[in-house]
Amino acid sequence: MIKLGFLFSRLRVEEKHLIKEIESRDDTKLVMLDSRKLVVDPKSNLNIDVLLDREISQSRALHLMQLLKNSHVQCINSYEVIRICGDKVFTSKALREAGVPTPEVKVAFTRESALKAIEDMGYPVVLKPVDGSWGRLIAKIENRTAAEAILEHKSYLSSYYHSIFYIQEYIHKPDRDIRALVLDGNTICATYRTSENWFTNVARGGKAIKCPLTPELEDICLKASQAVGDGALAIDLMETEDGYTVHEINCSMEFKGSMEAQSINIPGMIIDYCISQAKYN
Amino acid sequence: MVKCIECGSTIDLPEGTVENEILDCESCGVELEVVGLNPPSVELAPEEQEDWGE
Repeated sequence: MIKLGFLFSRLRVEEKHLIKEIESRDDTKLVMLDSRKLVVDPKSNLNIDVLLDREISQSRALHLMQLLKNSHVQCINSYEVIRICGDKVFTSKALREAGVPTPEVKVAFTRESALKAIEDMGYPVVLKPVDGSWGRLIAKIENRTAAEAILEHKSYLSSYYHSIFYIQEYIHKPDRDIRALVLDGNTICATYRTSENWFTNVARGGKAIKCPLTPELEDICLKASQAVGDGALAIDLMETEDGYTVHEINCSMEFKGSMEAQSINIPGMIIDYCISQAKYN
Repeated sequence: MVKCIECGSTIDLPEGTVENEILDCESCGVELEVVGLNPPSVELAPEEQEDWGE
């Protein structure tokens, strides 16, 4: 019997599907781990074999995975993967080093240097927080006036992370991007996310439509997955005239939109992967 | 059936509701967390934090 720890603090649609899938299996025992109630020391293994991270707080997930490092517990995903995918600077660097096409990025640490970087890149650019999801606090900047205003506003936000200015080239793309779900380098499905807005997050109203898998798409997803350390990942790509470009990798994937567009059992495949990792270990 | 903490409206828990699930109050829109099933009870769900994400 495999003891599968389920780290969470907020049960959304995806978590309910995953829990239902685990409970349907005779060879797997579900161990619910509410991060709000956990007390963990560095020697702890939580009495589980494998841990599926569905924690919505990336800080909590990162620290817990660090505490479980070097224990026998196989974490989906590992500390290293969460550390890279949880920070857009680290993700861009990993993709670039692996030769995976990804938008041009500049990083600056003051308002003045950020403004200079934006001016050097040319308008429009996209300014993003280094952490966070769902398109939260991202801005498409189209001129100097907007750049100055947004940089000033960001400088007054409480977290120092907002003073790490991640400036990304604006990619002229169709009114959609692609979310590919990838398990250990294997792309299990891909979904177009369409929107009339320039951002396409399903959480902000993007619509999900099935995207056919092609060797080119699977190949770039494999390379992107390997670049950040593999695991259970949602890889976000854009289509350009020169092919695909990877702009984000998510390590605690949301797949509600993909489920609506696909006929495959996504939660089942994620749980299969977790169990395979526990057995492999 | 529970009452919304914020506006007092009555909310029917859908079949299959589990503990810690998040529900929306259709009257006032607030997010509620199911903290008990027997008897059903809810609390205001935690507010979104900066490090929340996928």
